[in-house]
Amino acid sequence: MKNRLKVLRAERDWTQADLAGAVDVSRQTINAIEKGKFDPSLPLAFRFARLFEKSIEEIFEDDAV
Amino acid sequence: MSQKSLESSQWTTRQNRNARALARWTTAWVLSLALAQFGPRFLWDEATLLSSIGIALNLAIGIGMILANRRLIMDLDEMQRQVQLEAMAFALGIGLVFGLAYAMLDTVNLISFDARIPELAAFIALVFMASVFRGTRRLK
Repeated sequence: MKNRLKVLRAERDWTQADLAGAVDVSRQTINAIEKGKFDPSLPLAFRFARLFEKSIEEIFEDDAV
Repeated sequence: MSQKSLESSQWTTRQNRNARALARWTTAWVLSLALAQFGPRFLWDEATLLSSIGIALNLAIGIGMILANRRLIMDLDEMQRQVQLEAMAFALGIGLVFGLAYAMLDTVNLISFDARIPELAAFIALVFMASVFRGTRRLK
């Protein structure tokens, strides 16, 4: 699954550790999600959406689409 | 963003605290295991009551270790939990399959020595550690 986390984070000048702290996961998990190696659960995707004030579809994109 | 950094640091602190607690429980369990194993021979001359207390103490500390491990796993985030789950699946599966095969080697006398539980436990621990390492590297 592709995502725009790295771009959204960069726009706000946040580090991976900052984002990790905001959604209560490890920095390694943020790194794995940004690289597309780990797909977040729906609750975590909602936490990203709330944090960036965007819909889940604006952040995550299905590979099959 | 300083608030977020603070939250991140609090999360890391909580993880470190859980890991330290598990390390303390594990150390205590290993020491109590040694006490229960060697105490009867070297410390209390096979006294039944003290041997029973030694084993009860080992069991009680073992339960504490299990609970500390559970707390650590429940506090992990979802990716770390997935790594742990895969490692536990490998450790349990490989431990069961290879453990029974190892025991059968002994039963049908294909090996000259006795198949012992501590060797199986060490093997399961090694498989678990290797699986955690592999899972962590795969998601890096």
